[in-house]
Amino acid sequence: MAGVAERTRPADEATIDLTSPAAPSRALVPLPRRPETPIDQPADSDLRRSDVDRWGRSERMRALLRTLYDPMYRYWFRVEWEGFEHLPAQGGALLVANHAGAIPSDAPAIMHGIETQLGRPIYGLAEHLFRALPVVGTMWSRVGGVTANPDNAYRLLHDEHQLVLVFPEGTKGTGKTFGERYHLRRFGRGGFVEIAMRAGVPIVPLAVVGAEESMPILWKHGRLAKLANLPYFPVTANMLAFGPLGLVTYFPTKFKIRVLPPVHFDVDAGQERYSRSRVMAESERIRRQIQAALYDMLRTRRSVWFG
Amino acid sequence: MRVLVTGLSTFWGGKLAAALEARDDVEVVVGLDTRPPRVPLERTEFVRSDASYSILERIVRATQVDTILHTHLIVDSTLASGRTVHEINVIGTMNLLAAAGAPGSSVRKVIVKSSAYIYGAARADPYCFREDHRRTGPARTNVERSLLEVEAFLRDFAEENPHVAVTLLRFANVLGDELDTPFAQALRLPVVPEIFGFDPRMQFVHEDDVVGGLLYATTHDVPGVFNVAGDGVLPWSEVCAIVGKRRIPMPPLLTNLAAEPLRLARLVNLPPELLDLLRFGRSIDNTRFKRAGYRYGHTTAGTVETFARGLRLQRATGERHPGYHYEREVEDFFRHSPAVVRR
Repeated sequence: MAGVAERTRPADEATIDLTSPAAPSRALVPLPRRPETPIDQPADSDLRRSDVDRWGRSERMRALLRTLYDPMYRYWFRVEWEGFEHLPAQGGALLVANHAGAIPSDAPAIMHGIETQLGRPIYGLAEHLFRALPVVGTMWSRVGGVTANPDNAYRLLHDEHQLVLVFPEGTKGTGKTFGERYHLRRFGRGGFVEIAMRAGVPIVPLAVVGAEESMPILWKHGRLAKLANLPYFPVTANMLAFGPLGLVTYFPTKFKIRVLPPVHFDVDAGQERYSRSRVMAESERIRRQIQAALYDMLRTRRSVWFG
Repeated sequence: MRVLVTGLSTFWGGKLAAALEARDDVEVVVGLDTRPPRVPLERTEFVRSDASYSILERIVRATQVDTILHTHLIVDSTLASGRTVHEINVIGTMNLLAAAGAPGSSVRKVIVKSSAYIYGAARADPYCFREDHRRTGPARTNVERSLLEVEAFLRDFAEENPHVAVTLLRFANVLGDELDTPFAQALRLPVVPEIFGFDPRMQFVHEDDVVGGLLYATTHDVPGVFNVAGDGVLPWSEVCAIVGKRRIPMPPLLTNLAAEPLRLARLVNLPPELLDLLRFGRSIDNTRFKRAGYRYGHTTAGTVETFARGLRLQRATGERHPGYHYEREVEDFFRHSPAVVRR
């Protein structure tokens, strides 16, 4: 046993926690680096009764959903991919896409396509609103939904080398009315770029055409949204067309997804913070790439329904 | 090593005093509490004090203890009123640290048993809290508020007394054969409550790892803050499945109101911080304590499995309470009488 007098105090252990006042980190997304070496965990797989992982995801539920969703993917949205070879077959990558539809239809389509064609799991980051909804929240996390928290994203990308899908527009994207379709919103504060840099993974931009028209918002009610504590309270064309069923029915628009070449950052991974101007510039560059790809795809699209 | 243990009559205080007694390198164990100890102890000296440790400075000076093991923080709000929680946690710790930091104090090490309740459980939370994460919303309950205050005191204390090694351990929810917690109560019911539509990710630590972790921090030099929890997370449904219980849903709205009848019927007391946990779950990153050298005895699934086994045994043999009553005269005789042969 080490004597009390000859105690060694590891510099970071002591300074991070007890002796330093709670000074807010200057990083855009505070997330200190962690040592690289993982420590093996004792196996208790024989005790487990379900296959729910630490993210709340269950491969069995995911497989069931794939079976159920497949006809929708194939025959309703008739999803078509372009540049699928840009998606990495291994290693972590952050997939960044435009976001649309009152209840977004793009995330399930992207996740389904990647899992069936690439054969590797993908986690979708989303607003923590989902987590507070009974049943929906649980189902959402069982099929790969994760709260969009920087630490969650970093763990998935860096520690677990997973594919992570994020929509930097967030609810600003899905809350667009029909008149604003395909005009990308602000990409948050660029936090997604900083996380990719820190985790040392590339960003793969995706441009999705078709989701905007699958559930377009005609009009938003501000006060009802406030009352219901929702980011927006939409009246969609689907509601007018199908009544209450419009809440769960999409128009059969033709989906086209273009995968753009991966963006690699030539910065050292694992830094506590990165130049904010660099982060914002990269974020804006990726936003412009996706916007340009969308315009390009829309120029060649003849019909909303048939592509 | 001369150790002072607070909360000697509590479950943890008794366990730790017993564990410390068994070590040769521990010369003196002094135990402090308002009530006499509930476990038989060999050589621990019991000192009766008030809840806020006002006599502590005298004890420290008289016994020249070098290590304080502060186990007496109430983290289970079903055990005491808000007033008592404040008195014991906040005022108690304040006085304790004042005594430990007094000029000429012999104290060189302070170990505090805190709880992962300090992180709260909310929808915006990261899925795995690290030691440097802060809770995402304000503290809503007395226990959580008092823990935040205690940790703030401790931070100040560590800053003002760089010669004292301060270790703060934040424990996940504990399950074990002997300890009675609200979760253990809930899992003993014929049907276990859950919140409708929620299946939170839970993490547990075995009671042996709580004792082991505190003992490790006492006998090694590991200053800093550490999360202590079993590896892995389990959804609540799976916890119930391992224990072999069905679940009964409580409404997702006004859940606190719905938990009231359970409280009144004395079936199970689910305080608000526990209901938050049953809704959003929580897990904490335990790797830092592993890097500091501690080896866990149980994973989360292992803890639940062990708890389930204990439950089956209890069902077969009935409840057993070890009958021990502290008698001052008897203890004095065994400890100090010249008639007792000491080896």
